Amino acid sequence: MNKVIITVVGKDTVGIIAKVCTYLAENNMNILDISQTIVSGFFNMMMIVDMSGSKVSLAEASDNFDKLGEEIGVVIKCQREEIFDSMHRI
Amino acid sequence: MINITEVAETNEMIEKENLDVRTITMGISLFDCISDDLNTLNKNIYEKIYESAKNLVSTGEEISKEFGIPIVNKRISVTPIALIGASACKTPSDFVTIAKTLDKVAKDVGINFLGGYSALVSKGMTKADKLLIESIPEALATTDVVCSSVNVGSTKTGINMDAVRLLGDIIKQTAVATKDNDSAGCTKLVIFCNAPDDNPFMAGAFHGVTEADRIINVGVSGPGVVKTALEKVRGESFEVLCETIKKTAFKVTRVGQLVAKEASARLDVPFGIVDLSLAPTPAIGDSVADILHEIGVEHAGAPGTTAALALLNDQVKKGGAMASSYVGGLSGAFIPVSEDQGMINAVNAGALTLEKLEAMTCVCSVGLDMIAIPGDTSETTLAGIIADEMAIGMINQKTTAVRLIPVIGKTVGDTVDFGGLLGFGPIMPVNQFGCENFVNRTGRIPAPIHSFKN
Repeated sequence: MNKVIITVVGKDTVGIIAKVCTYLAENNMNILDISQTIVSGFFNMMMIVDMSGSKVSLAEASDNFDKLGEEIGVVIKCQREEIFDSMHRI
Repeated sequence: MINITEVAETNEMIEKENLDVRTITMGISLFDCISDDLNTLNKNIYEKIYESAKNLVSTGEEISKEFGIPIVNKRISVTPIALIGASACKTPSDFVTIAKTLDKVAKDVGINFLGGYSALVSKGMTKADKLLIESIPEALATTDVVCSSVNVGSTKTGINMDAVRLLGDIIKQTAVATKDNDSAGCTKLVIFCNAPDDNPFMAGAFHGVTEADRIINVGVSGPGVVKTALEKVRGESFEVLCETIKKTAFKVTRVGQLVAKEASARLDVPFGIVDLSLAPTPAIGDSVADILHEIGVEHAGAPGTTAALALLNDQVKKGGAMASSYVGGLSGAFIPVSEDQGMINAVNAGALTLEKLEAMTCVCSVGLDMIAIPGDTSETTLAGIIADEMAIGMINQKTTAVRLIPVIGKTVGDTVDFGGLLGFGPIMPVNQFGCENFVNRTGRIPAPIHSFKN
């Protein structure tokens, strides 16, 4: 398992999840968990994704998410899970 | 499984509170480069450093991208050059050729600072140590990224006052040699007591003689994260205050440990230590002085500042110690002046003096750091200030350091701008009374009684 955390933050609009999920599906990345909230009009989503079978590397995915984020008007970050694990789990 | 609140907390620290890994520093031993022929020595040094560190910058950038955490600096420390050049160098100019080689290889591998143009002279100076020290002004004036340090005292050996006196002259000469650039050469020169072998932070980093062939040391930072955490506990007890600092230091250090292990594995170089330091930058919200303000003093330098800093320094260590398998370097809170917007504000407000900074160095991790003083400060006064700071380190069994910049052509009321991470600031006044008869005594100050622990 090669878990990464994808976060999407920005102004709420139609189709954000659809566009992110389409990219994930096209590149064979499997979604393990999704949570989402709206905080004062801002869309806030986190996905835990397994990249074991991914067609692209994490660096490429990260660059592509930057572009996709610009198109939709949100910020999409793609980070390895370990940074959160090490900070929040002993 | 990690939840959305935890992810948001981490990303908020990175994006809004300036959490970063301040430096990945590769320590490289140069002992196997030694030759009695200067050209061969320079060639060996270039090749060893280039081969060891050619992937350092790209690896740092990869890790930064994958974890989404900025890794601000990629740096190198090397074995003190006074030892490496001892057999080949017959004059100060010979040592300068090594400085130029270090500068070239540092630029070729893409790092922004290389430390280790150093001598360890806490008890006495060899001929080579003296030549290296004498070469420092020219070496720092003719290179861009080479950093120099000299250890002139320790709790075990006492203070080498001959070296202290010499370095008063050398600081002044370095200031003169770089006077067209606000004497910025002095920002790359640190005088130490009890210098650590594994410090990843510049300008004082060198690869100690007790270290392995190569090693990865990481320096974390995060004054903004601590300050933001403390904003939420205003008015609470010292217990709550201390617990908050500890928990925050733990989180920050865990990121450093993760990055250090990852860099070590990818570069196939053993992991050395994580240095748990709150290292400020001139950026707004990245200030240690702002933490002291948040703890409760109006400005850094107000009564209570030393106690607040002591508490901060100790809690950072306590929180960080459990977060890393090996802790080392300087670990604690740094209090440079020109690199910390809150300190600059405190000086401008008249709250912070050189004497108060000296008191603060008794309880923080380093010493009188990045302080611009009048360019007409005498060599003996510089030596006197160094001696005072070294005495604090020697007696308290801690690292202390001096990085003063006598800015030629400027005086109290003027400001200097060193640019980038080195920051800017006002020229601070120096006590005008003399100490010539003290510093002109020869020899060394004996080691203190509590050093005899055998």
